[in-house]
Amino acid sequence: MDLVFVIIVEMLYAVASLVLISAGLAVVFGMMKIINLAHGEFMMMGGYVTITAVTLGANVFVAMLIIAPLVVGLIGLVVERLVIRHLYGRLVDTMLATWGLSLFFIGLATMIFGNTTTGISTPISGFTVGNYQVNGYNFFIILVAILLLCLMYAVLKGTRLGLIARGAMQLPEMAAALGYSPERIYMATFFCGSALSGLAGAILAPLVGLVPTSGGAYIAKAFITVIAGGPSLITGLMVSSGLFGFVSQIFTFAVSPVIGEVALLVAAVVLLRLLPQGVTGKFFRGRM
Amino acid sequence: MSMNRRHFLATAAAATGAVMLPRAVMAADTIKLGSILDASGIFDAYGKSMDMAMRLALSQINDAGGLLGKKVEIVSYDTQSDMALYSQYGQQLVREDKVDVVHGGILSASREAIRQIMHKNKTLYFYNVLYEGGVCDRNIFINGVTPAQQAEALVPYAMGKSGKKVYIVAADYNYGQITARWLQKFVADNGGETVGVDFFPLDVSDFGSTIAKIQTAGPDLVIAPLVGGAHLSFFRQWAAAGMKDRIALASTTLGVGNEHKVLTAEEGNGIMVAYNYSQELDTPENTAFKAAWAAAYGDSNSMHELAVSNYHGALTWAEGVRLAGSIEHDAVVEALETGISITGPGGKVTVDPKTHHAILDVHLMEFENQGMRVVETLPQRQPIDTQAVCDLSANPDDNTQYEIQI
Amino acid sequence: MASFWAKEVPATVLVAALLIWIMPMMIGTFTLTVLIIYGMLGFSLGLIWGFGGILCFGQAAFFGLGAYTYAIAAINIGDSTIPMLLAVLVPAVFAALLGAMMFYGRLTDVYLGVITLVVTLILFKFINSTAGPEYVIGKARLGGFNGIPGFQTLNVPGRPNDYIFGDPFYYVCAVLLLIVYLLVSWLLKSSFGRVAVGIRENETRVALMGYDVSARKTVLFAIGAAIAGLAGALFANWGEIVTPNLFSLSQTAEIIIWCIVGGLGTRFGPIVGAAGLAYLKFLLGQQSMIDNTLLTGIILVLFVLFLPKGLVPAVVSLWRISFGQRRKIRKHGARRIRRGGVGNG
Repeated sequence: MDLVFVIIVEMLYAVASLVLISAGLAVVFGMMKIINLAHGEFMMMGGYVTITAVTLGANVFVAMLIIAPLVVGLIGLVVERLVIRHLYGRLVDTMLATWGLSLFFIGLATMIFGNTTTGISTPISGFTVGNYQVNGYNFFIILVAILLLCLMYAVLKGTRLGLIARGAMQLPEMAAALGYSPERIYMATFFCGSALSGLAGAILAPLVGLVPTSGGAYIAKAFITVIAGGPSLITGLMVSSGLFGFVSQIFTFAVSPVIGEVALLVAAVVLLRLLPQGVTGKFFRGRM
Repeated sequence: MSMNRRHFLATAAAATGAVMLPRAVMAADTIKLGSILDASGIFDAYGKSMDMAMRLALSQINDAGGLLGKKVEIVSYDTQSDMALYSQYGQQLVREDKVDVVHGGILSASREAIRQIMHKNKTLYFYNVLYEGGVCDRNIFINGVTPAQQAEALVPYAMGKSGKKVYIVAADYNYGQITARWLQKFVADNGGETVGVDFFPLDVSDFGSTIAKIQTAGPDLVIAPLVGGAHLSFFRQWAAAGMKDRIALASTTLGVGNEHKVLTAEEGNGIMVAYNYSQELDTPENTAFKAAWAAAYGDSNSMHELAVSNYHGALTWAEGVRLAGSIEHDAVVEALETGISITGPGGKVTVDPKTHHAILDVHLMEFENQGMRVVETLPQRQPIDTQAVCDLSANPDDNTQYEIQI
Repeated sequence: MASFWAKEVPATVLVAALLIWIMPMMIGTFTLTVLIIYGMLGFSLGLIWGFGGILCFGQAAFFGLGAYTYAIAAINIGDSTIPMLLAVLVPAVFAALLGAMMFYGRLTDVYLGVITLVVTLILFKFINSTAGPEYVIGKARLGGFNGIPGFQTLNVPGRPNDYIFGDPFYYVCAVLLLIVYLLVSWLLKSSFGRVAVGIRENETRVALMGYDVSARKTVLFAIGAAIAGLAGALFANWGEIVTPNLFSLSQTAEIIIWCIVGGLGTRFGPIVGAAGLAYLKFLLGQQSMIDNTLLTGIILVLFVLFLPKGLVPAVVSLWRISFGQRRKIRKHGARRIRRGGVGNG
């Protein structure tokens, strides 16, 4: 019984962490059709910002939830102004540019932080369930993922900004004709996407060994999750994260973590073969 | 025509060489030491400090008058964590730079990529990293610890401090697999029982399920030869789940790349390890080494086990050259095979003539406030694993990496 | 077609012969060999992406598969001839199956990218977790993360003790690249190649004209994989060790970068991009002032901002601006059609 509870927690945690690491990429890809290969490095920077802020005396939660997203969002803004904005509508060129940026950020982080940056411990202690110790921080991650999804829904559905964003996503020419500068919208979108990546990196920072090359581990997983989700931003993210997290954890517990990861990948292949436009390309059409 | 072409080729090669390698001295009256390490890319945590240690060793040798009255010059290449570049730079060192000795290689695959190049071209090769053991080749000298050297010391100590039931979580590659087998052997030899063994490829970073699995098995001790940045997550998630005070933890790899400084004190304290070096070693050699490092690089924290191994490698080679009175390949090998020793920051290091591995001091340590506190020093441990399969004095032409059957 | 045999083939052979002769005077043959191998690998993706419009994130999978097939077969067989053939065949068959699954499933653009990426990751994870003694094919241990060293390298067919290495191996690789280049050029001039380009430009239209689009894409995909497999086998011979890194994400990304830098939709571009960037990496590793990852990143970003179309198209248009008036208008038209539309991926 205790074990079942532990498994359920781990499963929810897996889903939540997939939501977190994919959200930034989903926003940028969904709205701008840019494959941001530097996504992992934005996460890595989120982690470093958090650690630095905490060492400088900031509260852990403030550092993770406010400082890191803001700083990484601003870095994203600079990147967008300097590089990305010259490349809109050119998928291939943005891939090259963001790959270059990812290497640049890795190099930069190595020069600034070196390879032995002391991490921060999780701010929430573990607790006991029957015979098992469970990582209490998992619940925090699950909570943040849920809040994040709600927030995204509220912004897209409830605010004028969201309405414009959705419009620009579907018909950019029309939005432009109505007087909304696509350039502004893209700028804001890239800022939000980067901030979300920074948030994900910050929240995962206490759980992973952070080195400048850490980002590489996330990009493939995030990319697969986003594409498998399909065109609807929030529903797609929820469905594909849920499915992949569930499948990978089942196999992880039944066999081993490697098989779990392979199961996730196989599930992605099968899914895309059956639903070539992603989950929300077939079901839940027209939702967000 | 062919004379012309050859002449052009030579000039071009010399010209490109001069352009590409800003060397201090181009004259033949120096001794050239080639160094190939990953100073950037995903393995740079190891390679950068190793490179610094090598440069430090050479500048000390040169300040003391050089070797055989000549300066030692370093020709170093950064392989950027790309295996193919090891082959390229290996060839470059042998053919273009014509170095007298090569030090380098970090991962076992990178060693195997250059070992054969060095063997074919009779260029002396030093591999200065802890590894899985079993390489038997008269052209190579190895002075990292091997699994048996560590496990033999670590297992009884760690079991004595915890209990008889042991769970092993290891990195899924040769090093981890072989280390896990040695650990199992020594657990059994010490009257214990291995209740579970799990292997993780180097990119796994989520250990929640594993931690639950370990709790189901209920061991007294977990030994974790895990490797690299992703695997560090195990120790952090272990602490986050509050397991630290419930089950004891030991490792044969954590700390060789200064991982104990990445973990916070609360996460690291009490983890048991066994290595050849710790910054906290209280010997005159280590104090001098730390002072020299701080003087050269300002920061005294970046040296680690692998860097010190590389430093030992340079000292051992220099000692061999001095004894041989020449830099000629066979003379140096024979001089090293007399079983010479040096005393470095990690203690006394002796060349084992039979295996070309190192007989060295193994220190039992515990993590304490981001340092490694030395509990006990076991002097001059033999590389018993490689000795079981390799005898270069009997078979000098051997050129294999044996998988040691236990 | 006539002008292809009468003009292009002799011209290509002549230029190639000159390059093969001159290059060793500037770069050591050992490094040159790997540049050629990378060139072939870049060329394989340049074919299926630049001309077939198939965005493949998995070219590294075929490269690695070729290398591993060669290594495993060479350990079991001894003579290198059959392993070389297998190293071309196995990736081709694998790609044909994968391609059939994808193209008959009507997967397109970025979804293709994800599937190929995922397949590469699966192969990588599988090979990476084969360190245990239970993973054996015939006499060959798969070796996991450490890879497989110590296999029979290329020999004169039928004479296993006459190894081809060093300079002769360089010439073998160079000639193989030339042959592959000519074969692909011929293929692109043939009706198959024209239809392939047609599919890239407008798939629906070609389908409505009665061509079996899925079958043609599958064949093109398999040809690209076969070339990558050949490059893999040569790479195994060159490095004398194969490791799972061949399948890795960074290897895959690098191949894509080579193509973009060299120029998509050209035959020569990906070869130049691959060899050029690999040589740049080789040169960078000789300095230790600045972190090399940082430098590479800056170079790539500047590149995309200032030479967005890639190296070869940029040089070609520079050439046209300088000497353009003398070119015949007919050729202009043909080129423009071939190049157009790739940028939209």
